[in-house]
Amino acid sequence: MEKITSINDCVIRFANVNGSGSASANNLFAKAVFRLGVPVSPKNIFPSNIQGLPTWYEVRVSEKGYMGRRGGADMVVAVNSQTLRQDYDELLPGGYFFYDSTRPLPEDFTRTDVTVIGIPLTDLCNREIENPRLRQLLKNIVYVGALAFLLDMGTQVFTDSLRRQFKKKPQLAEPNIKALEIGFAYAGEHQSGVCGLSIKSRSCNDGKIIMDGNSALALGAVWAGATVAGWYPITPSTSVVEAFDTFTKRFRTEPESGLRKAAIIQAEDELAAIGMVIGAAWNGARAFTATSGPGLSLMNEFLGLAYFAEIPVLLVDVQRAGPSTGMPTRTQQSDILTAAYASHGDTRHVLLFPASPRECFDMMVDGFDLAERLQSPVIIMSDLDLGMNDWISEPLSWDDARRYDRGKVLSAADLEGLKEWGRYRDVDGDGIGYRTCPGTHPSRGSYFTRGSSHNEDAAYTEVAPVYERGMNRLLTKWETARGLVPPSEERIADPDSRIGAVFFGTSAPAAFEALDILHDEGFAVNCLRLRAFPFQRQVTDFIDRHETVFVIEQNRDGQMRKLLLAEGEVPAAKLVPVLHFDGLPITARSISQQILQALPARKSSI
Amino acid sequence: MTFARPKFRHPDLPSNALGYTRRDYEGALSTLCAGCGHDSISNAIIQACYELPVAPHRVVKMSGIGCSSKTPAYFLSRSHGFNAVHGRMPAIATGANMADRDLLYLGVSGDGDTASIGLGQFTHVVRRNLNMVYIVMNNGCYGLTKGQDSATADRGSTSKKGTPNPFESIDLCELALQIGAGFVARGFSGDKSQLVPLLKAAMSCKGFSLVDVISPCVTFNNTAASTKSYQYVRDHAEATGTLDLVPPRQEITTDYQNGATQEVTLHDGSVIYLHKEDAARDITDRRAAIDALESHRAENRILTGILYCMDDGGDTHDMVKTSLRPLNSIGQEDLCPGNAALRQLMEGYR
Repeated sequence: MEKITSINDCVIRFANVNGSGSASANNLFAKAVFRLGVPVSPKNIFPSNIQGLPTWYEVRVSEKGYMGRRGGADMVVAVNSQTLRQDYDELLPGGYFFYDSTRPLPEDFTRTDVTVIGIPLTDLCNREIENPRLRQLLKNIVYVGALAFLLDMGTQVFTDSLRRQFKKKPQLAEPNIKALEIGFAYAGEHQSGVCGLSIKSRSCNDGKIIMDGNSALALGAVWAGATVAGWYPITPSTSVVEAFDTFTKRFRTEPESGLRKAAIIQAEDELAAIGMVIGAAWNGARAFTATSGPGLSLMNEFLGLAYFAEIPVLLVDVQRAGPSTGMPTRTQQSDILTAAYASHGDTRHVLLFPASPRECFDMMVDGFDLAERLQSPVIIMSDLDLGMNDWISEPLSWDDARRYDRGKVLSAADLEGLKEWGRYRDVDGDGIGYRTCPGTHPSRGSYFTRGSSHNEDAAYTEVAPVYERGMNRLLTKWETARGLVPPSEERIADPDSRIGAVFFGTSAPAAFEALDILHDEGFAVNCLRLRAFPFQRQVTDFIDRHETVFVIEQNRDGQMRKLLLAEGEVPAAKLVPVLHFDGLPITARSISQQILQALPARKSSI
Repeated sequence: MTFARPKFRHPDLPSNALGYTRRDYEGALSTLCAGCGHDSISNAIIQACYELPVAPHRVVKMSGIGCSSKTPAYFLSRSHGFNAVHGRMPAIATGANMADRDLLYLGVSGDGDTASIGLGQFTHVVRRNLNMVYIVMNNGCYGLTKGQDSATADRGSTSKKGTPNPFESIDLCELALQIGAGFVARGFSGDKSQLVPLLKAAMSCKGFSLVDVISPCVTFNNTAASTKSYQYVRDHAEATGTLDLVPPRQEITTDYQNGATQEVTLHDGSVIYLHKEDAARDITDRRAAIDALESHRAENRILTGILYCMDDGGDTHDMVKTSLRPLNSIGQEDLCPGNAALRQLMEGYR
């Protein structure tokens, strides 16, 4: 048998029972890899359940910096007896099967192409840890200690992390460190020289952070000056507003009164959540909500109102696998079309597609400026993979010279100086009128906001040309939006190549890696990472320059491809779908295989 | 289509303590049916705002969809208005109030907008005791879609359609009492002398103030067999009493010693004096208010006037502990923690 051997290039899958305290131990492990300076991307593959069902944590270590999911596991830490068989069977040939050897493996576990590493976790805990209540939790730390030895990571980075984690409760650090050392010592004594995988200290992560996308969005909202959040809990978006709650307590509490410069209202449903955002934004506060697919469906009606009455709304959609309830704890990019055209009648909305925590932060900040500048909804299209998993990222940063762009809002002094004003008059030719907030001026600037048809002065109208004029002005505004949204990121491998790829959001890391694989196969593929809708000229130009463009996305129906076809006036045959929609994050292997399969068939055109 | 009124103001019109004339509180001409109860309520709103007084531009008009929800165009044209989508005005009002706690939020809704499509939002805005006045123009039917029964139509009541309503009705006052409204009253569009003081009291209370106003629909639900007709309400209404509202800092000169008058002091120092029909009634007793509604209902009587008032000064802002400053008035320098704080925070993610 040939064992898998590698330095800083492996996938380790932890198979746990959810609710057993494994999450913090697994997180400790991933963070240790990060702190050793080695690129790491952990993925939670968890059930929609509180306690007792199987959950996996897949850690990819890649010195080359590939942060997409790789697929396949080189080592399984199998501490869930429910899935022992599955975990054993799925381990790659040459891989390592780490299990709790307190109980022997069943007799039919007879693979000859894997290395079995038994550590008697339960026994060790029962013997060495006095407090029985801590045994279950510390069992997880014991396996982390054993891994520290097996992967040649040393204990220092772990003990430092534990001390840091329990800085405020040092008495809790000690039993954890003890458990870590128990695992390390046992593995050293009994499993020395067995494991061919190792993780060696590097300096690839200098200056970087490791953070989940939802926290970054919440921080973006704090730094962007959001003061009102209406929300309804829904996986995987819940932690956006929960983090906003935590951070506003920390950064927005008035010291004298203890009161907060933010109002967070847990609504009765998503309809009310976005209604609150509309009310607050209409009244001059920066407001946002976060939801996922089912919530987005419910918000359609109000999104149409915000579009038509022209109210800034910032909506975060942390996408999950649909349709309907779908798979609440699995990822997809499958709300693209619903979000782009949410609500009845002719509507369209600005979408932003972040691909990293840093971009989550930046797009949240830009999103508020865009929403207020455009007086229209802006939807940030994140997903479960980005939102709930930790990602290595450039640190978030804020330019102290930056001023919020509050858009066209008239003050009392502005109103004094105006001879006449109408809420929806397009005086600047950009399709955007000047708005006023209630209470601004005793006699000027009041108007009646409505979702029914209105004229330039906000009065109800059913006059055909007036209605039509208003709808056409919204198209002028759409063109203004096209000029304001962030540009796409282009990477040209070969200016003469006729093959292109378009992707967005969390498909990006796997796509970039796939392009490297294709490069090794002799194909130079240029690529464009979309960052916003409406599409800019740059996008159609990119497609025009290539004969075949692969559109890589995580849904069944090729939604972004459809949007490109609808909005980009591109020949349909040119755009080849590359799809992945099983609910697990997309892998480079799946992308490169689909493209390689499609390429010979299209040779004539390349 | 709404029609503008002439802008001319007679120079000798009397003005209130803020210097506004009654005409400064008017709006566009109504397009509702002649004789519609809703127009009487609009007039009562104008009168109440003028008398209280409140500056027109410090009022925010909120409504949903329906005949009732059109009325904010017919009063207070100097106020901003927001005609939301059907049944969802409470969410808009909540957000607007969160953004600026210093304005007076005046919601106008109908029985369909509140008790059917909007019942969910209605109950939750009451639970949160949002500081707003919520006026229901309650006619027991859908007007704009030509007279279907609504959820407040009494069982057996018969509209112009001619079929008795087979379903149980929702009593919005009773519901609001159960779930925490600070002020609950029932009025009748045909009794302006009662309605104006009720509205003034509702506007003076902090927290959620429901004024459910029975407002006959002359076109579809003013029949002999309807319990929301002018005639039926006149014949069956019974008031809890009459009331005076004494604004803060005004010297109280009257001394009510007869035992039938109850005084309730509001958070801002205003005092409501209720001269009661039933001396034993206590308008700060929630359970008694529910009992009174139930016992009148059992006798086919409609209890009007103030049903409950408990202004303890707590509203949604107090519940979620927001700043006393209007959030929409706080500037970037006071909201954005800046780069140094962010850099420091980043250390926790390394």
